[in-house]
Amino acid sequence: MTTRPAPTTVRRRSRSALPRRLRSLTDIADPRLVVPSAEHDGHGHVTSTGISNEKLAMWVFLASECLLFGGLISTFLIYKNRVGDGALHERPHDLYDLAFTSISSFVLLMSSLTMVLAVSAIQRGEHRSMRTWLATTALLGSVFIAGQVYEFKEFLNAGYGFTHSPAWSAFFALTGFHGVHVTLGIVMLLSTIGLSLSGRIKTAQAESVEIVGLYWHFVDVVWVIIFTVVYLIK
Amino acid sequence: MATTDGTLALGSGAEAPVRPMGVFARPGATPGWRGWVTSVDHKRIGIMYGAAALFFFLIGGFEALLIRLQLAAPEGKVLSADLYNQVYTMHGTTMIFLVVMPIGASFMNYLLPLQIGARDVAFPRLNALSFWVFLAGGIVLNSAWLLGGGADGGWFNYAPNNGVMFSPTHGIDFWNMGLIITGISSLLGAVNLITTVLNMRAPGMTLMRMPVFTWMSLVTQFMLLFAIPVLTSAQFLLLFDRLFGARFFDVSMGADPLLWQHLFWIFGHPEVYIMILPAFGVISEMIPVFARKPIFGYPFMVFSGIAIGFMGWGVWAHHMFASGLGPISVAAFATATMFIAVPTGVKILNWLATMWGGKLKFDTPLLYSVGLVTMFTIGGLSGVTHAVAPSDTQQTDTYYIVAHFHYVLFGGALFGFVGAWYFWWPKAFGYKLSEFHGKVNFWILLIGFNLTFGPMHILGLQGMPRRTYTYRDGYGFNFWNLVSTIGAVMIGASFLYFFWIIWSSWRRSKVEAVVLSGDPWDARGIEWMIPCPTPAHNFDVTPTVHSLDDFWHRKYGEDENGNLVRIAATEDVSQKGDATDVHLPSPSYWPIVLAFGMPFIAWGLIFNLWFCVLGAICVVGAIYGWVIEPSTDPEGDHGHPDDHPTGTDDSSAQVEVSAPEEAALVD
Repeated sequence: MTTRPAPTTVRRRSRSALPRRLRSLTDIADPRLVVPSAEHDGHGHVTSTGISNEKLAMWVFLASECLLFGGLISTFLIYKNRVGDGALHERPHDLYDLAFTSISSFVLLMSSLTMVLAVSAIQRGEHRSMRTWLATTALLGSVFIAGQVYEFKEFLNAGYGFTHSPAWSAFFALTGFHGVHVTLGIVMLLSTIGLSLSGRIKTAQAESVEIVGLYWHFVDVVWVIIFTVVYLIK
Repeated sequence: MATTDGTLALGSGAEAPVRPMGVFARPGATPGWRGWVTSVDHKRIGIMYGAAALFFFLIGGFEALLIRLQLAAPEGKVLSADLYNQVYTMHGTTMIFLVVMPIGASFMNYLLPLQIGARDVAFPRLNALSFWVFLAGGIVLNSAWLLGGGADGGWFNYAPNNGVMFSPTHGIDFWNMGLIITGISSLLGAVNLITTVLNMRAPGMTLMRMPVFTWMSLVTQFMLLFAIPVLTSAQFLLLFDRLFGARFFDVSMGADPLLWQHLFWIFGHPEVYIMILPAFGVISEMIPVFARKPIFGYPFMVFSGIAIGFMGWGVWAHHMFASGLGPISVAAFATATMFIAVPTGVKILNWLATMWGGKLKFDTPLLYSVGLVTMFTIGGLSGVTHAVAPSDTQQTDTYYIVAHFHYVLFGGALFGFVGAWYFWWPKAFGYKLSEFHGKVNFWILLIGFNLTFGPMHILGLQGMPRRTYTYRDGYGFNFWNLVSTIGAVMIGASFLYFFWIIWSSWRRSKVEAVVLSGDPWDARGIEWMIPCPTPAHNFDVTPTVHSLDDFWHRKYGEDENGNLVRIAATEDVSQKGDATDVHLPSPSYWPIVLAFGMPFIAWGLIFNLWFCVLGAICVVGAIYGWVIEPSTDPEGDHGHPDDHPTGTDDSSAQVEVSAPEEAALVD
């Protein structure tokens, strides 16, 4: 009916030779290859990339968060030595208790491990175990936050507040923003436990736990960068 | 298509469902205003974006007229110096954040799912949320007029002018928090639309078969995704400075005022392309239709758009040539800025080549498209003159700059969008806007526009500074300022005329009851396969896409001499819009409740912290309500096969893979 060349119909080669992850990538290039029952998201939808909408959205959102922290980290790097010329003019890195912060950083990184264990548990359908690991993750996160509150209090006692100088404003803003992110993550973890207890998270929705995990891992990874840039580099 | 019982299941077969009552039950009503405020339909949200943008356009346009009246003659007395500062600041901010960006968002919301053959966006409720949050941000920003005066530091509000010492009123606080809130809206929209385009394409809709508008929107959304958080971080620093006494921009403590400029323009330069790329996209859709030729160099259109997206990040410091960055960075940014004209020039070449040799139909959308190409070229050329740093040092902060960016953003973005309104109006509302009046209006707008902003080039080169509330007699500024003001009045009149055209065309459509086919322009994209106005469920069956301009190729082929021949009647390749068994996402109250809390948080930070508590209750409550409410209407069977891209009009096409492509895939 048209003068367009008739599409050559060939038998589709079995794509199972490709690793699952690579298949997702090739589907971005050619969604014709998405066949029914190939890649489903949590609701039984077929998506062009094979990644569920929810998971892709979280990745996209986290990409944007990188730039938010990028702005704050740049600010800190520019300002870290600008402490004015008042009576108190120590720089933030003159007052760090590196041993203390290292331990609380370790605690935060361990919480990523427990998060992975929670995701792994729900994927095996072990809801009770998942709730335990989520609670552990939230607990470790809370320990980290408590450490940060203690650290802030020490600095305030030493006379360095948010309003002291550009360096201290930048320090409190950067680490404070990260603290708020961790706190929101804890709220998400506790809410997930609550939803699980009310029976709203079935094994089929394991991915929603995984997505909370993505956020949590991101917050941890950002802390690795902040810890390096703020605490380790003089 | 809305049924009186409020279900979204279409057709007569739908029975009134028994609906659970209570706070967490999802609303089902679609008629009346409740249907609009709870709507999660991308088409309604697109229309609401457009309507809100037009409303803010009236405000921003009124501010523009005030500016021009003040400057019509030397020693103007219309505005005081202080009020003048507020008016031009709010004019710029309103036009950028509340007019041009949301009009772009309006077209993206309405068109993207239709162009990629999707039922809706990836996250319908999130889509509603981004609209309501945008509206909340606009309200916060403009509430400044009622609550003590607007921001007064220019739309970029440079430090340390934005500090409490130099701007002691709350104007900048409203500006600051208004932009944080609209930034949240843009971020949500970007996440949603990127996911939609990447994940929700119909079978066969490969990336290189996507319409140019879809591509430009995707690039725009990626730019928003990365630009907006930088602005947000800068805005938070400013917020902390102004409200809590932080020292980020306190120069007396050793702070660096350039920090604000860097952060602002790393956002602000991509922002320029965020505003213009959607307009490039819409005219790339319209010109091929009225030239009756495919777009020339489709891959070049796509990749030049991507190149602009990348290069837009590498040129921010050309806004700061006069701030003493040093010769090396100035030279680097000058070069980068000249380079970014290349992909833009590629686009202009491709539009011209598309029209070249085409059978041009000079309908209103084409007039506006050609208007964009010519006006944007003028603005682009004067832009390249700013890239020359020594020349820029002379031109900066004069009316030459004002002329430049109005040619780009008004002559570029707004001309494109007005044309796009004429083009897609029938798709959204089922009637055409008057062709005759549209053409008359185009010429009034074009002449008024050039009268207003053309003379500003001369004024700028003569040295008239921008952001100064008046000028003395005898500097030689009088004549061209008067001309400019007359032009501004013409622009104002032409937009009132535009509103009249909408009204009269609507009234005539009621009287004459024109039955419109789905395809009033003999267009190319698959969004024209479905009736006008678009039915609530979009496509009866998800189309399988075989090529770029798939709808066109279903209608036209070539004979052996390469001439265009019609191979099928439009009706035969169109869908009827009468599917009765499509289940759609249910409406929700929570997006508007969540957005409602945001202005209270902002006002609370300024006036009284108890407002914050009220706002936080709204926001947190709405988030939990959102999570807990059923994902769709309880009676709806969400897993209906026609709701999914797998139900296609041509299932055999899914295995149509030519051998070379298959080989490439396995590699």
